[in-house]
Formats: sequence, structure tokens, C-alpha cells
Amino acid sequence: MNRIDKKFQELKEQGKKALITYISAGDPSIEKSEEFIYALEEGGADIIELGIPFSDPLADGPVIQEAGLRSISAGFSFEKLRVLVERVRKNSQIPLVVMVYYSSIICYGAEKFVKLLADIDVDGVIIPDLPYEEYDDVKPYIDKTDLYMIPLVAVTSGDRVEMLVKEAKGFVYCVSSLGVTGRSSSFDDRVDGFMAEVKKHTDTPVCIGFGISKKEDCDRFNKIGDGCIVGSALIRVINQSGGDAEAVKEFAESLALAK
Amino acid sequence: MSKDFGIYGGQYVPESLMTVLKVLEKEYESYCSSEEFKKDFDYYMKQYVGRPSVLYYAERLTEVLGGAKIYLKREDLNHTGAHKINNAIAQALLARHMGKTKVIAETGAGQHGVATATVAALFGMDCEVYMGTEDIERQKLNVFRMELLGARVVPVSTGTGTLKDATNEAIRTWVARAEDTFYIIGSAVGPHPYPTMVRDFQRIIGDETRKQILEAEGRLPQRVYACVGGGSNSIGMFYPFLEDKDVELIGVEAAGLGIETGKHACAFAGGKPGVLHGMKSNILQDNECVIKTAYSISAGLDYPGVGPEHAYLHDIGRVKYTSITDDESIEAFKALCKYEGIMPAIESSHALAQAMKEAPEMDKDDIIVVNLSGRGDKDVNTVAKYLGKEI
Repeated sequence: MNRIDKKFQELKEQGKKALITYISAGDPSIEKSEEFIYALEEGGADIIELGIPFSDPLADGPVIQEAGLRSISAGFSFEKLRVLVERVRKNSQIPLVVMVYYSSIICYGAEKFVKLLADIDVDGVIIPDLPYEEYDDVKPYIDKTDLYMIPLVAVTSGDRVEMLVKEAKGFVYCVSSLGVTGRSSSFDDRVDGFMAEVKKHTDTPVCIGFGISKKEDCDRFNKIGDGCIVGSALIRVINQSGGDAEAVKEFAESLALAK
Repeated sequence: MSKDFGIYGGQYVPESLMTVLKVLEKEYESYCSSEEFKKDFDYYMKQYVGRPSVLYYAERLTEVLGGAKIYLKREDLNHTGAHKINNAIAQALLARHMGKTKVIAETGAGQHGVATATVAALFGMDCEVYMGTEDIERQKLNVFRMELLGARVVPVSTGTGTLKDATNEAIRTWVARAEDTFYIIGSAVGPHPYPTMVRDFQRIIGDETRKQILEAEGRLPQRVYACVGGGSNSIGMFYPFLEDKDVELIGVEAAGLGIETGKHACAFAGGKPGVLHGMKSNILQDNECVIKTAYSISAGLDYPGVGPEHAYLHDIGRVKYTSITDDESIEAFKALCKYEGIMPAIESSHALAQAMKEAPEMDKDDIIVVNLSGRGDKDVNTVAKYLGKEI
């Protein structure tokens, strides 16, 4: 059973919602990323999203872009991703989802990339700039493995929602607002209706991300969804604390209080 | 309408943008094939831009080189001084038709920014131009020109603070504001339908050239040259000649300080397939798949990717792509000033330099056409600096 399914099953039994946290792999170093994963798990994170750094991340705001650039400067490579995940898997069975821009997949080779993810035993992959119409480039390879491809759905998806979620596995990633990660101070007022619409078309858990930065945001969205995804706010904490794992753990704890 | 050119092109954008692109594609297909659009486009091309631009026989340059007859397509004579205005007007007409009141654009050197600010003034639209902080510093004159035309120049400091990052930021802004905002892309790049749209709006260059050379010489040229950054002037020039199999088409990229130095902007010499700005194409990348910063003395060619249709035409061998260094382009710039009294943009000087290399080897009966995509007034400071002169 895929770890993501198992996690959501447990959460359901406990009547809880998921806390999904994003870190940029290799920011500031692979060793630190490993520490953060354990700290987040201890702090109450249920799933870890591992961002592959990219120079031109179209879906991300400045916080995640800068984190990616720091990781690139520190010499990130796919080989280092392998090392990181292999180390983590010795100590933790937390579900890991890799978020990667499509350019990196083309450059590395789609088949080879999917094989790498399967080999190192991650559980899912999010490709934020690979829309449904372009799935054929990668999905056939993913479908041959136990990896889940997590679909993104946006407030503006409209009549595309059904098509986007009909084969969804793991969870559906709802984008809370127009624009990029880490920027929203207010959420799109269509978001509640939108979440309801998504839930109408799928039984797969529906989680929400983009601009979620504090417990109050999680409280609000956990009422209508199955979990929240926090990225930029966490990276700010990492940055401001100088990469302190204890601060990371405390931040996760504060979010995990959400119902 | 196909979104792909062979394995290139496509729509590699966040889901938030997909509906916006689908609406754009539909509006583009219906409106831009209508008589209403054609009438308006023709009107502005003639009355505002000053088209058709002339196809000029460069007799002295031809004599000096002693080979093929050299014709210059004078896009530099357009209003605002380059081919960029053709596309900016067409996209602004489409924006107006779609009821958008605001336009945004990206710019590197500032030429497309100025063209967009110009059409925004012309059609009474609100205009924001995204420009890297590095480029703002290097192109102060164009920043001021845009402001005089009523546009706001938005500094972009993320990443490398250049055109690549300004384009990312313009796309991100568009995602958030697409309801009332139209994104005018300046080159034949970006997600579908932009590369097709920009080509169709720039093909007026090649359509006119084909007609003009037949009138002047009664036959088609042996070779046609155009410079390639993102590739809008070149695709506009080449497209109407694609079926003329005897016409050789030559795209000239910027070799900067030389391909071997790594400081260049040749997507075909140093690139490999990747995704940038929503399109799959040939992109300069390092070993870890990070997109590299391009370099050229010419800001308009300083782009790490290339339009997807060019990548396709390269693969099928219909267009030959080559490159010219900074040094060679400046020599061509000086030669055209000296022998014809025409000051070309440094971008266009790359195409000219390649033509000047090949013309002497060709027959006196042969005809070649060079697309002079823009004028060089904007480059005077750059050339002075290159030559070590203070002005």
C-alpha cells in the first residue's frame, strides 16, 4: 500500500486532517534537509513535499525560488536527492512527494527520472508545469510504478475539474488562489465553492496549498478539505532561524494544532 | 490548431493558466481570421507603422563585397524603429477585442517594452512592463522612453535580474490578473498559442519581401538571412518562404565571445531540450538541468532559449542555423554605416555579418536578402563602449 493512502486512512480513523510541508531539497544542504524532515515529522507533519530546485520555477513566488537558487549554489544534484532519500528511508517511513518542474525531467530523461524516484522509494510526484494535456510525456512511466502523480487543480479550472481529478491517486492538490506560492494575503473568495466542486468529482483526499502560512489558515481550510500544504512560510522560518531544526519542529507543531 | 511543432512547443504552464490560454487560443482563432481584424491591422500597419517597409538594394555594399546582390528588408524604418511594433499592435487589437483594459509585457533591452508602451498609449490602455534590475541599469534611456509613453516599468530582481526573469515575472503576474489583463509577449516564444500568434503577426515581413523581390528581380532570392534570439523577426521573414524549397533560409544566433568560451546565446550550439517560459524547446542548460544565463553584446539576442518553431525547423533541416560573434557583428555594423549610411541594430548586424561572409563566395547573379530587423540608434552607447570611446 502506498504510504500516502496509508497515512490518509490513519488520519481518517483518528478524525484528523493532513499537514503537508514543503522544503526545498538541499537548502541550505542535503544534511540539513534530512534534519528538517525528521523535525517536521516530530512536529506533526504527515507528508513531506521535497522540492527539486529549478532556476525558473513558474508556479513559485520569490521565497521558494530563492530557496531553490541557494540549493543550486550549494551543488544540488539528482545524485544528492538519491542520497538524501536513501538516508531518510533508513529512519523514517513518512510519505515523501517530490515536486519537480518538467524541464528537469526532460533534461534528466523521463523514464530514467521515474525509475530513480521509484528506486529510492518516494511515494508521489507533483509536476506543477505539466498540465493534463501534456501528461503523456511522463504519466505512462509513472503508471508502471507504485508512484502517485498528484494532480493540481486551480480555482480557474472550471469545467476541467472532473477531467483533472477522475484518476487522481494519493491526494488532489488544490491551488487556493491565482498567482504563485507564498504570496496570498487574502484567499480567492471562490475557494469554498471550488473545493466543494472538486470534492463532488473525487473520493481521493483533497488538500489545499498556496499562501497557507499559519494555524488559522489551516483551521479555515481543514473545515472544507482534507489537509493543508505549507511551503513558503516554512522556508521563511528555516531562513530566519539560520536553519534551526528546533524552530522547524516548533513551526510544524503550531500548524499541527489546527483541526 | 496544433500546439506543437514536432516535439517542441506545447503548454507547460501551471494549471491556473490553462483556462486563460484556452480562451486566448479560441479568441485568437476567431478574431484574427476575421475581416474586421484584417482591416484594422492593415490600417495601423499602413497609417501608423508606415508599412510596407522598403526592400532596398544595397548597391555599394554589393560592389565592395563583389558577390551576390544584397537586398535589405528595412524593418528599421518602422515606427519605433524595429519589427516589434507589428506584433505589439496585433496583440493589442486582440486585447481590445477581448475587452482587456490593461496590458503587461516583458522586456530585455527595452525595444519590446517601448513597442508595448507605444500601442498602450495608442489604444488608451494601462501598461506595465517587467524588466530585470540589471537591464534597467543598462538601458536607462529606454526605461525613460517607456515612462514618457505612460507605462510603468516594474523592476524584477529575482534570479539573474534579466530578460529570462522578467518573463517569468510577467507570466506569474498574468496568472493572477488575467481577468482584465492581456500579456503581450514580444518574441515567438512562450506557451501555445503565442509562438504561432507572434509568427502570424510577423509574417507580414516575409510576405512583403517575397512580393517585393519578385517585383524587383522577377525571381526569388537564393538565400534569406535573419537574426535569431527568441526568433520573431526571423520566423516572420522565413515562414512565407518555407514552401519555396530553392530558397535557403539562414538563422543567425549570437555567439557572443565565442561558443567555446561558454559566453554565448546559441540555443542550437550549446542547448538541449528543456522547458522555459511555458514552451518546450532548445534551451541552454548546465549538467544539473539548471537554465544558464545567455550572453551577447546584443541585448535582443541575449536569450537562453529559442522559439519552438525554430527548434523544429532546425531538426527537419529546413532552416540552417549558424552564429556570429560580438566582434563580427560590430564589424558588420560599421560596414553598413560606412558603405550605405544605414545604422543597423546590433541584433540585425548579426544577420548582416553572416550574409557578408557568404556573399563574396556567391555568383554575381545570385540574390540574397537580409532582414534589417531594427535600427541601431539605441546601440550607439554600446558600440562606443565596445570601441573604447567615451561619448
